[in-house]
Amino acid sequence: MTELKSKILDILKEDARREPALIATMLGKEEAEIQQAIAEMEREKVIVKYVPVLNWNKSDDEKVTALIEVQITPERGRGFDAIAERIYLYPEVKTVYLMSGSYDLQVEIEGRTLREIADFVSTKLSTIESVLSTKTHFILKKYKQDGIILEDHQDDHRMLISP
Amino acid sequence: MTEPTPSSMQRYLTDTVREIPPSGIRKFFDLVSASKDIISLGVGEPDFITPWHVREASIYGLEQGKTTYTPNSGLPELREEIAAYMHKSFHVRYEPSNEVMVTIGGSEAIDLALRALISPGDEVLVPEPSYISYSPIATLSGGKAVGIETFAKDQFKLQADQLKQHITPRSKVLILCYPSNPTGGTMTYDDWLPIAKLVEENDLIVISDEIYAELTYSSKHVSFASMPGMRDRTILVSGFSKSFAMTGWRLGYACGHADLISAMLKIHQYTVMCAPVMGQIAAIEALRNGMDEKDRMVESYNQRRRLVVKGFREIGLDCHEPQGAFYAFPSIQSTGLSSEEFAQRLLQEGRVAVVPGHAFGNGGEGFVRCSYATSVAHLNEALDRIGNFVNKFVKTPI
Repeated sequence: MTELKSKILDILKEDARREPALIATMLGKEEAEIQQAIAEMEREKVIVKYVPVLNWNKSDDEKVTALIEVQITPERGRGFDAIAERIYLYPEVKTVYLMSGSYDLQVEIEGRTLREIADFVSTKLSTIESVLSTKTHFILKKYKQDGIILEDHQDDHRMLISP
Repeated sequence: MTEPTPSSMQRYLTDTVREIPPSGIRKFFDLVSASKDIISLGVGEPDFITPWHVREASIYGLEQGKTTYTPNSGLPELREEIAAYMHKSFHVRYEPSNEVMVTIGGSEAIDLALRALISPGDEVLVPEPSYISYSPIATLSGGKAVGIETFAKDQFKLQADQLKQHITPRSKVLILCYPSNPTGGTMTYDDWLPIAKLVEENDLIVISDEIYAELTYSSKHVSFASMPGMRDRTILVSGFSKSFAMTGWRLGYACGHADLISAMLKIHQYTVMCAPVMGQIAAIEALRNGMDEKDRMVESYNQRRRLVVKGFREIGLDCHEPQGAFYAFPSIQSTGLSSEEFAQRLLQEGRVAVVPGHAFGNGGEGFVRCSYATSVAHLNEALDRIGNFVNKFVKTPI
């Protein structure tokens, strides 16, 4: 990736709504050049989507989130990917990572109730043939996500005027 | 015998202290503090907080019971880190044992240097617009501050002919602050050459306040001490406030010839003993492991610098391109207002705080200092508000 593209991504990671014209000013470039770089990254799926970062603690929506450690037997020829795909295609599954260490896949799943998640694990996940075991951990509170601290704690403490 | 009334207590003050005018910034501070819902571009400090690893190192030091005095000149490990950093980043070599001292902010270092160097009546040359403390400290040291005006047309660089005009047989010290607060002006190697020549010819000592050295954008900072023959004539002052977002720690340092540093150390040991140990521990961590974080902060300032300069120019305010620090210094002459009127009315009518240029001495009138160390969202909103305010006075060409 070029230095320009990585700078654009840094700026968008702070606020994905920033317009190419503003980014161009901030980087001292032409707007067209920024538009082109962004278009390329969108085409190449470097930039996959622009979505808001939500703090569900603050919304009225009741949600339950769990992290599940899954041990699996990899498939001959396709390794872990085929089984990961069978899991990630479920819409309630939010993230799936292949892990090093004592288990293979980390699955984040979201449901409305504890029962919904229990049902998913017992009827959908555990019943997949290659799944050897699952360990479910419920998330009690999210403090930080994707480098963004969710709690309001960093107020500007500076004096309004200083020399 | 009657009790003296509070107001009459002033008669006990020295003439020197009584005659120092109150800071123009202080006056404006009171006005701004009383206002609501404003965006302040008047803040002379980073909008980042000290990186966590630096804060954590200091907390760990406290947990380990590191709460004692340190050597007068600072922890040896810190002086070694400072010397190594000075050499690596700015190509000046200092001996950590006797040419580097840790101070309470760069401000203390400037005070010590002037007190060590100035005898009654000596003249202290100060390029202006300048940081507000130099002239008062020169006066408090018994010297006479002599302002040297610098101009927007020269990007506020110090011009040799201007300096030359102000040199007299009593000139002793030249104070330099580049990158400059408040103008954002910088000096290159070629800009320094004729200045260094005059310093040599006139046997001046230079106090070079390079606190904004890391915040230099288009080219690398050139330390005055790195100029040929200038190392021993220069007391290089810097600190952690601006480059590592550590203003509240009050930690700075001075580097220079051992004879000068030991004289400053004499005053330092009798007045403050040493800089606080917790800040010194944090500073070691900043120099050892803080460079990546510092680079990220500098890149962020640079992006915002481009944004405000373009913004001011679009509004129709002349703005030279600042190459350092985190200030823009646009001219507000096209509005027909004085800088004080402009700042006051902008505060009241536009809800944006800026600092009137006249607070920074000669050459500051007609300009305002705008710090861009604030979020992009705030800068955009502030520029909109300033634009609306300025439109009352200026017809911008469409």
